[in-house]
Amino acid sequence: MSQTEGKGSGALQVKFVPDEEVLKHIADDSGIKVRKDKTQQMVNVKRFVKKLENISDDEDQEILEEKNYVAVLGICAQDSMGNGSSVSGGEVYSFQTPKRSSKMAELASELAQTPGQSVASDHSKCPEKTAKTPQSSKRLSSNKVQQRSKKKEFVSTTPYRLRKRLAAPDLYLESESEYSASCSEEEDEEDQKEVSTVLSGQKTPAKTKAASTPPPRNNLGKKNKEDKMSNLVEEYFEAHSSSKVLTSDRTLQKLQKRRLNQQTLHDLLKKAPLAYAAEIKELNQQHESLFSKWMLQMHLGFNIVLYGLGSKRDLLEKFRTSVLQDSVHLVVNGYFPSITVRSILNSITEEVLDHIGTFRSPLDQLEFIIKRFKEDSSLELYVLIHNLDSQMLRGERSQQILAQLSSLPSIYLIASIDHINAPLMWDQAKLSLYNWLWYETTTFSPYVEETSYENSLLVQQSGSLALSSLTHVLRSLTLNARGIFRLLAQYQLENKDNPSYPGLSFQDFYQQCREHFLVNSDLTLRAQLTEFRDHKLIRTKRGADGVEYLLIPVDDSTLTDFLEKEDEDV
Amino acid sequence: MSTCSVSKGCFVFKPSPKKRRVSQKTAIDFRERNNASEDSELRFVTCQSLWNQIKSETEQIQEDLNKQLFDNLLSFLRRSHSEFQEKTTEWTCQMKSREIPTAALVLGVNVTDHDLTFRSFSEVLQNNITPYIALLEAKDCPDIKNLMQKLMGQLMNCYIDVDSLEDEDSVQVSQNRIRCSMTSLINWYENVTKKTDSETPSKKRTSSSRHWQSPPVVVIFKDMESFTTKVLQDFIVISSQHIHELPLVLIFGIATSPMIIHSLLPHSVSSLLCIELFQSLSCKEHLSTIIDKLLLTTQFPFKLGEKVLQVLINIFLYHDFSVQNFIKGFQLCMVEHFYSQPLSVLCCQVVDTKKRVNSLSHDQCENIRKLPSFRRYVESQVSEKQIALLTADNFLKEIIQKLLEDLHVYHENYVSVLRCLHVFTSSLPKYPLGKQIRELHCACLENRVWETEEYESSLQLARMLNKSDLVTMLQQCVEIFVSSSGKEFDKTVEKLKEFLTQFQKLEAEAIQERDVSVSSQKELQKKTDLYHLQKTLLELKESRRSKKLTKFEMLRFEVVDYIDSLVRTYLVPADHKTLHEIVYFNTASVLRGHLNAAPRIALHTALNNPYCYLKNQALKSDGGSISNKAPDICIVYKLHLECGRLINLVDWLEAFSTVVMAVEGPNADAASSDQVDDIIHARFIRAVSELELLGFIKPSKQKTDHVARLTWGAC
Repeated sequence: MSQTEGKGSGALQVKFVPDEEVLKHIADDSGIKVRKDKTQQMVNVKRFVKKLENISDDEDQEILEEKNYVAVLGICAQDSMGNGSSVSGGEVYSFQTPKRSSKMAELASELAQTPGQSVASDHSKCPEKTAKTPQSSKRLSSNKVQQRSKKKEFVSTTPYRLRKRLAAPDLYLESESEYSASCSEEEDEEDQKEVSTVLSGQKTPAKTKAASTPPPRNNLGKKNKEDKMSNLVEEYFEAHSSSKVLTSDRTLQKLQKRRLNQQTLHDLLKKAPLAYAAEIKELNQQHESLFSKWMLQMHLGFNIVLYGLGSKRDLLEKFRTSVLQDSVHLVVNGYFPSITVRSILNSITEEVLDHIGTFRSPLDQLEFIIKRFKEDSSLELYVLIHNLDSQMLRGERSQQILAQLSSLPSIYLIASIDHINAPLMWDQAKLSLYNWLWYETTTFSPYVEETSYENSLLVQQSGSLALSSLTHVLRSLTLNARGIFRLLAQYQLENKDNPSYPGLSFQDFYQQCREHFLVNSDLTLRAQLTEFRDHKLIRTKRGADGVEYLLIPVDDSTLTDFLEKEDEDV
Repeated sequence: MSTCSVSKGCFVFKPSPKKRRVSQKTAIDFRERNNASEDSELRFVTCQSLWNQIKSETEQIQEDLNKQLFDNLLSFLRRSHSEFQEKTTEWTCQMKSREIPTAALVLGVNVTDHDLTFRSFSEVLQNNITPYIALLEAKDCPDIKNLMQKLMGQLMNCYIDVDSLEDEDSVQVSQNRIRCSMTSLINWYENVTKKTDSETPSKKRTSSSRHWQSPPVVVIFKDMESFTTKVLQDFIVISSQHIHELPLVLIFGIATSPMIIHSLLPHSVSSLLCIELFQSLSCKEHLSTIIDKLLLTTQFPFKLGEKVLQVLINIFLYHDFSVQNFIKGFQLCMVEHFYSQPLSVLCCQVVDTKKRVNSLSHDQCENIRKLPSFRRYVESQVSEKQIALLTADNFLKEIIQKLLEDLHVYHENYVSVLRCLHVFTSSLPKYPLGKQIRELHCACLENRVWETEEYESSLQLARMLNKSDLVTMLQQCVEIFVSSSGKEFDKTVEKLKEFLTQFQKLEAEAIQERDVSVSSQKELQKKTDLYHLQKTLLELKESRRSKKLTKFEMLRFEVVDYIDSLVRTYLVPADHKTLHEIVYFNTASVLRGHLNAAPRIALHTALNNPYCYLKNQALKSDGGSISNKAPDICIVYKLHLECGRLINLVDWLEAFSTVVMAVEGPNADAASSDQVDDIIHARFIRAVSELELLGFIKPSKQKTDHVARLTWGAC
């Protein structure tokens, strides 16, 4: 998050932060740093260990590191990528290339002189730099910190300033520096472990080299690349091996933000002006000039696939209304949550071919369609698919069927893809069936329609829905039944911090219900539970030991809200 | 009618029938954008006819290449069930072994091309051996039941095709289809063969007289590797039980190596097969032939530029090995060329050029004057001619015609000399100019080949060739030049023949010389002590160094120099030729963008450097960083790059709002109304859900209000 500072202060004024303040911030606020990449921590730890070894000549080392920056500056001057479009694949797919890290270093040093003038992109990419995140310094004596605080300035003031800015409008954020205690403790332990392993000789060769090579290291960098690569691979697995997550524990609930539902979200976004409308329009006009070319190429047996950032829905709609008005065409909203290949095939057979009757399987249906189109050469169909890579259509079988459809000479397909891994859907066989021509149509327009069905993130609407249904169902039940449900809810909330909470076992539940005089027999409870289950209020599952566990499939915040409401009622 | 709905994902639009566009409007599409420039219709027609020619040519090539393979397969099929045909009692003893005749057809990894091969193969089969062919694909046969269903469906359908007269029979067949078992298959087969037997040799017999009385049933497994072992094993075991009732032949299409049969099938099963191996032509040879016949010929006026050809070859070599895709790429090039270059109207057969040049409009003449190569040409002329070229259309047209003819002659010569050079370079050690003629072609197109180091080293190597090689090469060259259509090569042929006779003369002389050398060697053998030996050797060396070249060496130098001079005159790169723009397609970037796109890089660029797309000064920034005024999604993306595996939404939101509020300026400070906050919140939600759609993050259950990052590192 250190980068936020850069961005934030881009328009802020540059502000001098005295060392003491920095120190203070580091002393109590370093928690936020814990959120940093786990990998970085690994790197940090390793470097930290190295520092421990030669703690006396720490300053020297820093000078050395500075030298590295300078050396590295030379390299990146040479291979600064001219236009963004010439980005090589390696840059996109690599874990972390030394090239990039050098770029970071350049920016970082620039930032050090004039903090916050431009936005440093990825600080995290730079191994040299990570050495100076408070993560490692936290465990050093404060004296140590002071020594290095000057360097640290541009990195670590970030959250502080950020926090300061935010603290003013929003008092709720005061207590934000708390982070899960369990995590931090374990983390220390882990560090110790790390230290011991690293000390026992597993020193990463690339790092030592990086620290000791004199400039210019143009060639050396290349040699190091392999080393570093394998190293990074290790880091990747290290970072992904443990299930522990080191991020702050703050939740949206504590923000006390008004929960937004779909409608208000939509309204709010309408109010927000679309940035760079003129430029976006220009982009769209460029793409629109291709319409007749698309038609030509589709008629010559190719199919068109559009990719690039931004919703391509409007573009395709425009294409449809301007070119396809007078021909039979089918529009498929791939992003529609319950779209299936079956429904696509159905609309072709029923509405395009006017066929009445059903088919045993999609394959039969496909065969029928193929036969019809081959028989009647005057039949032509344009198919527009928005988001061919959507959840519902990306399956192997669906893609196979669509590919076979598109390979028909009188079916013209134009589709859009958005997901970064979308091309992985297609193997050679499918690609040759599709016979794609790729067109880059970056539009930068917001994905309004495409994301309108999604409710997984920032769970506003789904939460409110569940809460209202909970209360409605519960109101219709007897007092005892409500009590039973409350018991279960309370128990679940008590255990909300336990990630491996399996649910309440039936026997325990029965015991508790008896204690509260809610049921008098095993059977009554079972009858009650069946009723809950029918209303989808609870879920049961069998544990490894064969015991039945009961769970309320609602998230904790909703459950809390529900209990609060219940308490008010009672 | 809108296409937004919360209840429906598919929308069909059917215009009223009378409004429907008549088909065959491809030409209209071609014209639509090009209404500014003329001749679009003519261009389209040219393009289409050229494409049709090329298509039939490639099909012909494919057919020729497969001929050998198909012949072998056919004779195998004939042999496999010959005993069954004879209907004697002998076959029973042969069938005791219960082996199913099987052809393993190794086709290579270019799976996408196999379809075409199989299609033409089944056609050939249909015409020559048997009407009973079933083509099975793994994706249709997840289990044995489906396989049988598919098999019987195809067999009985083809039966109906053979004698479509008997309608009542087809009904019967479709009823049978429900009971998919080997017995019903055998019943069906007996039925069919009996019928053909019992029937008097009527019209039907004559029509299908190429088939035997009881033709074999051929089952082709198109992609043997993808079948589940269970299905294959079951099918083989079951059918081996019935082999004496049903003359079954299996054909396995194999993409990898024949070893796969044994790894897929256990010994007990594979012992039921009598496997014969067939190897198809490798796709690389196929490609060479295609390049030879499409590009290195003057038959087609359209040519590919160096970069374009390189792109197509790279896609072939590094991506799919698919010749079909190569041809499709070629088609795309043609369409692009004729679509985007208004002057491509002149890219036609030589006979048509005169008419077309004469009918050029004034605008088209202006277009020609704008061509860089033509400008170069004009500049090289004397001033009066320059003026005439730039002002008088008629004079220009004459010149154009001449230039086009020149270009055609250039191509004729180019091809012959290129082949000739290839004869030399392809046998040199280490192949400095490439083994394949396509590599040589690319090198020659790229720049003056004689200026390259590789050419230099290959000449040097050529100067060290031995005589027999040299003679055979020269003979080959003579053949090439004699068969070439170029008119200028009479002299060349003569010259080469002269070289050959000189070599023959040398041979005669060499016999005499050998006597001399033998005697000197004898002399050498006499001396046995070390000192003298050393001395004579030194003398020998001395003399060799100072010695004049032998006649053979002189001649060899002469030959190589002659070839070099040929190369220098005829292998000038095409883009040095005037009017090359008319016939060469050179925009490789377009081709690469359409065929070998990198969607993820586009996304990466858009997110990291929005200025590439949105030309707004506010977004301009130096590499590696983005302006804080960038679109929301870019900012959110940049922020998320800083995080590890999990991202806390609250922190993310805060960071985002800090950035955004900083942009919005100081007026939104202090009391910062709730209103603003909500809008930022909404924008954040939108950006985050867009990132989710793009696949950078996904919701996570590990911790409340966290999302998981799905990418690692820079992207």
